[in-house]
Amino acid sequence: MKRFALALTLAASLGAAHAVEYTQVQADKSAINFTYKQMGVALDGKFKKFASQLSFDPAKATAAKASFEVDLASIDTGATEGDQEVAGKPWFNTKAFPTAKFVSTGVKALGGNKYEVTGQLTIKGKTQDVVVPASFAAQGNSGVFDGSFTIRRADFSIGEGSWAKFDIVANDVQIKFRITANAGK
Amino acid sequence: MTTPANYTSTAKAIHWLMALLLIGLLALGFYMHDLPLSPEKLKLYSWHKWAGVTAFLLLAVRLLWRLTHRPPALPDSMPKIMQLAAHAGHLALYLLMIAIPLSGWLMSSAKGFQTVYFGVLPIPDLLDKNKELGDLLALVHQSLNLLFIAVLAGHIGAALKHHFIDKDDILKRMLPTHSNK
Repeated sequence: MKRFALALTLAASLGAAHAVEYTQVQADKSAINFTYKQMGVALDGKFKKFASQLSFDPAKATAAKASFEVDLASIDTGATEGDQEVAGKPWFNTKAFPTAKFVSTGVKALGGNKYEVTGQLTIKGKTQDVVVPASFAAQGNSGVFDGSFTIRRADFSIGEGSWAKFDIVANDVQIKFRITANAGK
Repeated sequence: MTTPANYTSTAKAIHWLMALLLIGLLALGFYMHDLPLSPEKLKLYSWHKWAGVTAFLLLAVRLLWRLTHRPPALPDSMPKIMQLAAHAGHLALYLLMIAIPLSGWLMSSAKGFQTVYFGVLPIPDLLDKNKELGDLLALVHQSLNLLFIAVLAGHIGAALKHHFIDKDDILKRMLPTHSNK
C-alpha cells in the first residue's frame, strides 16, 4: 500500500507524463479581471468572488470541463461610486441577476500548451456562446490556466438607457483570467 | 533685457486665453464634482482633464515668454510694499498654475483613471493605483483650487482698484486694444 502511494506521488510529480487531473481551484491564486475603454482611457477592474469547478487532465484535454459562477456584486471598478453604479438596474441588476455563469461545452487542444474552450456565458438572463483561448502550465502540484476573451456588453444588456451608447463606455470588454488548480487527490 | 512699456501681443493673448480657460476649468470642476454618476459626468471629467492639460501646455509657453521677456514695470506711484505684494501675488498665481494641474494629474493616476489627452494621447501615470492616496490628492487638488480662487479674487480686485481708484494704466495695459504711445 505504501509503495502504491509512493508510486502515485511519483506519477503526480512527473506531471504530464502521467494522468494528473487538476480539480482543486485555489481561490487565492485565481483572478478574474476585466479591461474596457472609457473615452479612450483603458480602465481595469476585477471580480473578487467567484466559485468554480474544474477538471482538466492534460492527457485528456478534450474531456475537460469548467464552470464558473461570478458574484457580480463583488466587482471592484476602482471607485466606490462605480461599484454602486454597476450593481444597479442599467448595468448588472445584481438584485435580479446576482451572478454571471460560464459553463464549458467543449475543449480543443491547439497544440503546445494552448487550448480553445467553448462555452456558454450567461449574464443578466442572456446567454451567448463564447470561445475562450487559454493556456496551461503545470507548476509543481498545480496547474495554472491563463486566458482572455472579449465580450460585447450590449450582447448582455450591460449598461442600458443613458449608458447604451458606446461614446463614453466602449462596447468591448476584455475578460482576463488566471485560474490555479491543484491536482485532485 | 530692457523693461518695455507694454506687454507683447503674445503675452496678452496667453493671459486672456488662460483667464477664460482657467475660470472655465474652475467652474466645470466644482460643477461636475457634485453630479451623480452618469455618461455626462464621465464626459465632463474627460473634458476637464483635456482642458487642464491644455492649460498646463499654455503655461509652459507663458513661462517661456516670461523667461525671455521682462514685463512692463509697475508705476512708481505704487508704494514699495504694494509692489512687493503684487509680485508675491503673481508668483502665487504661477505656482498654483503649476501645482493645480500636477495635483490633478497625480490624482488621476492614483485613482486609476489615466489621463488620455483628447482620448488619443496617453499621459503617463506617475503613481500606481492607490485609493487612499487618490482621496488625499483629491483633497489637495480641491484645496489648491480654493486657494487659487482667493488669489485670483485678489488679482482681479487689485486690477480693478488700479483702474477705478488709483486711475493708473495697470489694467489697461493688459487690454488687447492698448498699444504703445
